[in-house]
Amino acid sequence: MYPTRSLRLAATVVLSLAAPVLAAQPAASGRRQVTAADIQFMQEMIAHHNQAIEMTVLLPTRTRRTDLVTLGARISISQTDEIGVMRRWLARHGAAADSASAHAMAGHGEPAVSAGPVTPEMSGRHGMPGMLTATQMMALRKARGRTFERLFLQGMIQHHEGALAMVKALMETPGAAQESALNRFVNDVSADQRAEIARMRRLIPRT
Amino acid sequence: MTRSLRRTSSAARACLLLFVASAAVHAQAQSKPSITDPRFSLRGGWNDAQEAISNLTLVAHRNRPDGFFNPADAGDFAFVNSDLAFDGKYAFIGGYHGFQIWDVSTPASPTLRLAFPCPGGQGDLSVYRNLLFMSVEENKGRVDCGAQGVSGAVNAERFMGVRIFDISDIDHPRQVGAVQTCRGSHTHTLLPDPKDPGTVYVYVSGTNDVRNVGDLAGCSDGDPKSDSATARFRIDVIRVPVAAPQDARVVSRPRVFADRRTNAIRGLWRGGTHGAGTQETAETDQCHDITVYPAIGLAAGACSGNGILLDIRDPANPRRVDEVIDPNFAYWHSATFSNDGSKLLFSDEWGGGVGAKCRATDKMTWGANAIFALRNRKLIPQGHYKLPSAQKESENCVAHNGSLIPVPGRDIMVQAWYQGGLSVFDFTNPRKPVEIAYFDRGPINPAELTLAGFWSAYWYNGYIYGSEIGRGLDVLELKPSPMLTQNEIDAAKSVQFAGSNPQLQQQLVWAPSFVVARAYVDQLDRGNGLPAAQITSIMASLGMAEQQSGDARAATLRALATRLDRAAALATDRTRVKALAATVKGLAAAGA
Repeated sequence: MYPTRSLRLAATVVLSLAAPVLAAQPAASGRRQVTAADIQFMQEMIAHHNQAIEMTVLLPTRTRRTDLVTLGARISISQTDEIGVMRRWLARHGAAADSASAHAMAGHGEPAVSAGPVTPEMSGRHGMPGMLTATQMMALRKARGRTFERLFLQGMIQHHEGALAMVKALMETPGAAQESALNRFVNDVSADQRAEIARMRRLIPRT
Repeated sequence: MTRSLRRTSSAARACLLLFVASAAVHAQAQSKPSITDPRFSLRGGWNDAQEAISNLTLVAHRNRPDGFFNPADAGDFAFVNSDLAFDGKYAFIGGYHGFQIWDVSTPASPTLRLAFPCPGGQGDLSVYRNLLFMSVEENKGRVDCGAQGVSGAVNAERFMGVRIFDISDIDHPRQVGAVQTCRGSHTHTLLPDPKDPGTVYVYVSGTNDVRNVGDLAGCSDGDPKSDSATARFRIDVIRVPVAAPQDARVVSRPRVFADRRTNAIRGLWRGGTHGAGTQETAETDQCHDITVYPAIGLAAGACSGNGILLDIRDPANPRRVDEVIDPNFAYWHSATFSNDGSKLLFSDEWGGGVGAKCRATDKMTWGANAIFALRNRKLIPQGHYKLPSAQKESENCVAHNGSLIPVPGRDIMVQAWYQGGLSVFDFTNPRKPVEIAYFDRGPINPAELTLAGFWSAYWYNGYIYGSEIGRGLDVLELKPSPMLTQNEIDAAKSVQFAGSNPQLQQQLVWAPSFVVARAYVDQLDRGNGLPAAQITSIMASLGMAEQQSGDARAATLRALATRLDRAAALATDRTRVKALAATVKGLAAAGA
């Protein structure tokens, strides 16, 4: 079994079972304690992934570069899969798939005035690393051709690097990332996003 | 790199064409997994799943021991059974929660000798003399084997790397060494020093994110272009003085993916697809597993985006001599040499072992084995082998760990396919591998994909041992069939080793015996390598010699050898007749 690329699937496999196990387990069970930081990480990463998918939706109408459209399709598929993994993991650990903090950090501005689903274009303030601002998203929507291609790649690289920063922060949080399936999932997210960053750097048009 | 890639991909295309061409005449050459195979429609269940078995007998099954599974969750990742190693009468099963030692002196009745908790995954094991080696890669791994986990990115209690236990007292393993590495140890491979049996090297394949430099000094995660110390794009080599395992340490970090001309660290496959309709292959920045074959001085690295061939005559400084890609491969996972070193089989772990990749819609060349001819240290693509039966969406299935079965004169292997079960197949003809036997259970959870199935299936001293991720230990025995006779099975059983770490391949040598001779005769009969009348006459001579003793037996055998030498000159399968003749001469010389 290898721990990259398909760990989203690994996590799917492990986490999709219905056993409702929450937080601290006796050491004898072998299951590591799940912390509030683990749960918050998964909730925020769902919101983070949603913006990446939103960006890929723009591709087919704004560029003719098939390599970019293909890349976008792959990003969309992998991030959608990973959102499923995260949702099931959260359900299994008795947590909601979103939270007030994730909503706020995803760009709703003040939670008190936000309502409805998280959509990046509603962005005002951005607490999660790498999230594109409302201004960046607007520029991306308006752009076409080479300008769009450059903005998309720069934006998605920024976005992916933010996800890596989120993983790094989780690993540095005391007590976090001990549960086997979560630990493998974050390694997978990291490996996938790194690979995509490297691929995107090679695709940036030279000006 | 470019030159090599072009060469390989055009060769791979040629091989695909061959595959297609042979489909019409060969039943095994199918384009998609079969849904009429009995393995496709088995009833599921954890410990009561329906089984399908062909040309094998399941002689024993043992569930995972108490404390090594979660009764509420068959697929709990924290208790996954992983790889197997063997020493004497013991089978060692690794796992995410620790290791188990099973006494298999009576293979049909394995008894648990010890279940030793030591969490940290994957827990792959090897044994060398009195030392047991264990791979550790999880963030929660502790130096002291404790189950309480490790907090934060920097913590002196964390252990990721290779543990070394002294198992002189099999009931009380003592951790006597522990070598930390920057990406942990996903797998490892032992390589005894050819000049000093008191030293063993460990090739470490680490696949995790690079650790925080505060957690382990020297761990750098920079861009390979500017950071010559990056912990990616290398393997780690540990040198272990067997008498002083506490002194084990990393002695080299070979850049085995470097560009031959420029020495750039990142010199092999950069990740991505190979064109329309091809697989997306991972970047080559790590090895997943390395199989060493000291008898020929080579190792095969299954290294994420490439298969590589290493010269290992200087164990601390392996040198890459060839590399291949395959546009069907997603992730190069493991490798097995044919016994004569003329072929090399690589496995692709498409989907990471946790995906259902044997569905009726999946290509027979994806998530499969790719077989290469090995000539003058160059790899030349031949054919692919995949589990012929389709599996359900609820069954994780892809090529995984296996080993050779020592049938003389043929290349036969047993291999684990996760919930696809285990498959025994012949790749003597590398363009047309064919299945001989199988064993499979229905899905562990028919409702949804739940991790289970065979992690490893290895031959050891006459039996096939399977490490089942969610179900425990299985022991199987081959049954004769038109594709494999009792003589061939008995000849395989005549090869006995003191121990086995399948990633350290040992050369198979068949001591001359009547059963080995008859195995060759059976093969000549099956393949029409000699006229039927000669087959009958040879069998009669062997039968007569076996009844005789002393000089009379030697005389009968020498006469037979002379006849065989003459027959070899005219035979369609000259090599096999010569091998038979050599066996008969050996028998005659033995005087028996």
